[in-house]
Amino acid sequence: MITIQHYLILSAVLFSVGVAGVLVRRNALVILMSIELMLNAANLALLGFARQLGDVSGHGLAVFVMTVAAAEAAVGLALVLAVFRHTKTVNVDEIRALRG
Amino acid sequence: MAEAVLFFAFGGLAVGLALLVIVLRNPVHSAVALIANLFCLAALFAMLDAHFLAAIQVLVYAGAILVLFLFVIMLLNLAPEELGRPRQTATKIAGSILLAWVGFKLVTMTTGVAGAGSGFAKVGADYGSVESVGRLLFGPYLLPFEAASILLLAAILGAVAIAKKRLW
Repeated sequence: MITIQHYLILSAVLFSVGVAGVLVRRNALVILMSIELMLNAANLALLGFARQLGDVSGHGLAVFVMTVAAAEAAVGLALVLAVFRHTKTVNVDEIRALRG
Repeated sequence: MAEAVLFFAFGGLAVGLALLVIVLRNPVHSAVALIANLFCLAALFAMLDAHFLAAIQVLVYAGAILVLFLFVIMLLNLAPEELGRPRQTATKIAGSILLAWVGFKLVTMTTGVAGAGSGFAKVGADYGSVESVGRLLFGPYLLPFEAASILLLAAILGAVAIAKKRLW
């Protein structure tokens, strides 16, 4: 039988893949995609808990997570575009103008 | 039984595609793997009776956000040497160790969930429908819902202001 624990473990695995992507990859676009992976893993856990309790409130929270993800993607990609115009790179190791 | 088969099929596919997202070198390939991953997650949402959220996942994520990603990737028109830079072995090893450790920690955390073995609660037919989520968003969550619209407006204006070459 599939219980909430299965969903939580799957959510944890997806989240850690996202964390690893953010820390290992140096391409700013792939880092943004890894953040999307993490937000989706959080959504899966939220919906799992909502289903476990039979309470639809978690769905409202998941909608807000999606809204924030959309806003984050739009602003993040605009930042990548603006930085690329100046530095001609999306490698986050080479963007070091603010480093002391 | 069918539920278990579907869960492990879509769950395994989702994990494999998530790994492809962070392993593939070309960002376009990563984005396509992410789209497939989001479809698998939409299937899992539907299995959790979150039918409205599953539809929104496909429409908003796979339909809008990932298209935005693909637009930007193609707009940047990255040179091959920007993509094909070989990764250091140390990064690969550190990444695998980190992935294993964080995953293990998170998975062990899930064992303490109260009532985890008791199975899911009984829910009515309208659980997760458009009507029930709509009543939630326009009832108790009305203020956060309006705040979310302001957040989206701010994000639109911010994205235009940041990405435009000259504002006037």
